[in-house]
Amino acid sequence: MTKIELAKQLHQELGIKQKEAADHVEALLDLIKETLAKGENVKISGFGIFEVRDKNARRGRNPQTGESITIEPRRVLTFKPSAILKEGINRE
Amino acid sequence: MNKSELIETFALQREISHKRAEEVVNMIFNSMSEAMTAGERIEIRGLGSFVVKEYGAYTGRNPKTGEPIEVKPKKLPFFKVGKELKERILDGE
Repeated sequence: MTKIELAKQLHQELGIKQKEAADHVEALLDLIKETLAKGENVKISGFGIFEVRDKNARRGRNPQTGESITIEPRRVLTFKPSAILKEGINRE
Repeated sequence: MNKSELIETFALQREISHKRAEEVVNMIFNSMSEAMTAGERIEIRGLGSFVVKEYGAYTGRNPKTGEPIEVKPKKLPFFKVGKELKERILDGE
């Protein structure tokens, strides 16, 4: 599934014109991305949480050379699926 | 930001009714949930991809009591952040 199918769905199920549907998909994704880029979480009930997490610096190793390196503190994005989504996926 | 806030901001930006915005946002996430339920991979350019991984049954242990327990086969969704968004989050822009 890609953005194209999402827009198609809006067109078919809600009767939204194709161009507008594609713009809706793009705009919603932009809004989500902007929020996350600011460091704010996005919580979609029934779907899951996009969580921005700050990772501390830690000692690591280059797996190829075995050399000890410092991994800098950094900010990452994780997705936690909701219980409803997990149940849906596991339902036969 | 939660779904209600997302719907509200989306309605304002797109100049559509709150009801319409709600339908659009719900349909997008429902479609994605359905795709994952069907075991389909989702690839959203600029955001990332979702894949459903399957795990076989295994014998685990209750970490408190050490008692063996049968863990049934299960499927779990995984999200991999896209390169562009990953960088934006790192830079905080």
